[in-house]
Amino acid sequence: MNDEVITRRLLLKRAGALGLLAGLQPFISSCVSHRLLSPTHPRPDISTLSGELIDLVISERSFALNGKTGMASAINETIPGPLIRLKEGQEVTLNVTNHLKEVSSIHWHGILLPSHMDGVPGVSFSGIEPGTTFTYRFPVKQSGTYWYHSHSGGQELQGMYGAMILDPIEPEPFQYDRDYVVMLSEWSGESSEVMLDNLKKFSGYYNFQKRDAQEFLADAVRWGLWPALRNYVMWDEMRMDPTDFADVTASTFTYLMNGLPSAHNWTGLFRPGERVRLRFINAAAMTFYDVRIPGLTMMVVQADGQNIQPVTVEEFRFGPAETYDVIVQPSEDRAYTIFAETMDRSGYARGTLAPRPGMEGEIPERRARPLRTMEDMGMADHGNGHTGHAMEKSSMNLPGDPNDHGPMHGEDMNYAPEGHGRDRSPILGAIPVRHGPDHHGTGNQTVAEHSQNRMHEPGRGFEQSSRRVLVYTDLKSLVPYQDQRAPEREIEFHLTGHMQRYMWSFDGKKYSDAPEPIRVRYGERLRLTFVNDTMMEHPLHLHGMWMYLENGSGAYLPRKHTVVVKPAERLSVAVTADASGPWAFHCHLLLHMEAGMFRIVEVSV
Amino acid sequence: MTFAVFVLIVGLGAARAEAESMQGHAAGIPDSSSIVGPISERAQTEVPVVSQQRWPSPVMDRERRLFTLVDVLEYRPRTGGDGSNSDYRWDVEGWYGGDYNRLWFKSEGQQDTAFKADYDVDFQLLYGRFLWKHYDIQVGGRMETQSFRGGNVARGMGVIGLQGIVPYYYEFESSLFIDQGGAVSARLSYTKDFLLTQRLILQGRFQTNVAIQRVEEFTTGSGLNNLEFGARLRYEIHRKFAPYMGLSFDRSFGETARLVRQQGGDSSQIRFVVGVRMWF
Repeated sequence: MNDEVITRRLLLKRAGALGLLAGLQPFISSCVSHRLLSPTHPRPDISTLSGELIDLVISERSFALNGKTGMASAINETIPGPLIRLKEGQEVTLNVTNHLKEVSSIHWHGILLPSHMDGVPGVSFSGIEPGTTFTYRFPVKQSGTYWYHSHSGGQELQGMYGAMILDPIEPEPFQYDRDYVVMLSEWSGESSEVMLDNLKKFSGYYNFQKRDAQEFLADAVRWGLWPALRNYVMWDEMRMDPTDFADVTASTFTYLMNGLPSAHNWTGLFRPGERVRLRFINAAAMTFYDVRIPGLTMMVVQADGQNIQPVTVEEFRFGPAETYDVIVQPSEDRAYTIFAETMDRSGYARGTLAPRPGMEGEIPERRARPLRTMEDMGMADHGNGHTGHAMEKSSMNLPGDPNDHGPMHGEDMNYAPEGHGRDRSPILGAIPVRHGPDHHGTGNQTVAEHSQNRMHEPGRGFEQSSRRVLVYTDLKSLVPYQDQRAPEREIEFHLTGHMQRYMWSFDGKKYSDAPEPIRVRYGERLRLTFVNDTMMEHPLHLHGMWMYLENGSGAYLPRKHTVVVKPAERLSVAVTADASGPWAFHCHLLLHMEAGMFRIVEVSV
Repeated sequence: MTFAVFVLIVGLGAARAEAESMQGHAAGIPDSSSIVGPISERAQTEVPVVSQQRWPSPVMDRERRLFTLVDVLEYRPRTGGDGSNSDYRWDVEGWYGGDYNRLWFKSEGQQDTAFKADYDVDFQLLYGRFLWKHYDIQVGGRMETQSFRGGNVARGMGVIGLQGIVPYYYEFESSLFIDQGGAVSARLSYTKDFLLTQRLILQGRFQTNVAIQRVEEFTTGSGLNNLEFGARLRYEIHRKFAPYMGLSFDRSFGETARLVRQQGGDSSQIRFVVGVRMWF
């Protein structure tokens, strides 16, 4: 085993000696120190820090990309920040010094730690004042792929994020020869404050893929004038935009892979036949990515740092803050493109797996921007006797509409209702649930009249895909999780908002209108049920405790720190309240959180 | 005086905004067999007792913003015939505030339209409250001045407005005015954007004025005053800056038309316009 490690290290030294990416211009001029390429280095100029004592310095740097210059907040002067690599079972002390002109913070995403070490200003501490150092100290009680980022305003979007790898004490249950972090993020010359300001004034500000006259004509030719007209008029009648897939798009973002735009082509080296572990981290502030490597299948071995029963897919979608570890085995002596297209299809990040530096694979053909459907608003006809909807649906989902797959999924949902085995359990919301009378007040635009579980669906935009796309029902913990109690209590959160006003909230109330913490008893086994009343996907992140995704896998529920809830979806997670103190709970779309889609969960005896 | 009323209303509104209840709904599960087992013996950590009062808010969801929309700012060249002149027109509005409470300002200026023989300028200052889903209700005051028989006339009015987005995605703005003499009038307008391309946008615009009483010096007759249809084709060089050109059809009716004509105006006009739409 030791031998294997050494071989790997040797190999990588050699890769470093090849001068991989030497021609790359570092974006931050002061960090030209080209170190050896170590296995998990996102980029050669980004360092790996390990050990018991780690110093991090936050400072302002100018950052130029594709001719646009902006101010970045960087950790140890690089974007992404250094890779922090720790060992399960160790203690770590991290001294974080803030050289910015404003309060800063670092949150260790997905890490189990005391709540006052969690790094959320206003929840776990007061933040790190300019010119001061805050010392984080906690024992490392877990293993896997994680990340860290600022939890102060828009600093995360301005470059304050980095990867964190916690190596396990026990050997990993899978084999690999190479190990790379693939961190996806985005960069804009605009600050998050400017973005929020633009969106509050005009919510379609960044969307340049709206339906226009040309598209209408194309649709009229395909579907007929009358059905096309009815469809367009119907969306207008509801005051909704079916092209709303990303609030902020490629019109301002440059999408990055390990801090590099696609033109700079981040490259990971391999020898044909080797098994390569790719640790995908979505460190984007606002972007869902669809990731694939044409020519390769990906064996997903970890989700949010947790071992799962391996599942082989050709593509996966992940939201901000989620991570997936996959193993690929490129056998040919050629370049393979790692292609991460944004969910709204406005742009992409890419990198390359190659046997030699400087190689490039083909960039796949871009896919068309998808459309929302009636199902995304919870208005699909579920045969519950709501005959009124049948008509609406037929006019919304056009004949031959790729999005029309409504009744099919009904058949899929024969999850064993009773008497399930150890690896089967019912999925809450498999049968559509009618929304209650509460419409969540003025600040909520619509409600999902019927919400239902959609964990078995890959999501909008994959309707016509012949590829095997990862879905949440694929995720099964490798070993049964410890706490098998049934939840004693259920808290239902409705994800609410108003697109035109760009308001985002839980239960119709933004954080400042509901600052009172949600109280949870220490030791309690809790069910959180999320009902998405909006027409957008929301990646929900609970700090400090795992969310066990109630996806039907019985004793093998996978645990996650961030769970994506699809439009009109009803999704439940189980939580064991084993960490006392106040914890943040929020949507991990940065601007949704800043707009108020945020709560404090207080665990106490 | 109108202003004093306005200030009072703003004060009241702000006070109301303070009072908000909180909390999401939590409900126990009726009949789940709750097996309370041991939980992992992760030591409970003591959270240091710090004065959390001075901690900042974890999110900035109470920001106030200033929005100004210059929807119409245009030059209307002379079209010949019937004494129409080259002139200018604007329609500007905006607000300062948060998600629910806003201080609105609006101004329209026109010259030589079918409704106003010479110039007419108004300014409104309103308190607006996000009322329900898509609508703001507005209360405040309006000052209007125009030329009448070569001199200036001015009046103050109280305003109640309702503004928002109606089904079929029309921007909708309606106002009820009561002037200092008790004369009641109303204005209603709709606009809608049609995207020819992502940046080439056709804005349809409809506006009408009605009045109960005749107010001669403001060329306002009783009943339907005027109807106006406009089509403005803009190109969004930037989201916030779009030059446009278009046509405006404007016609006044009955007593209003007669008053306009008496003042030397043209009560039925088709005008070419060129201008710029911008916001910040």
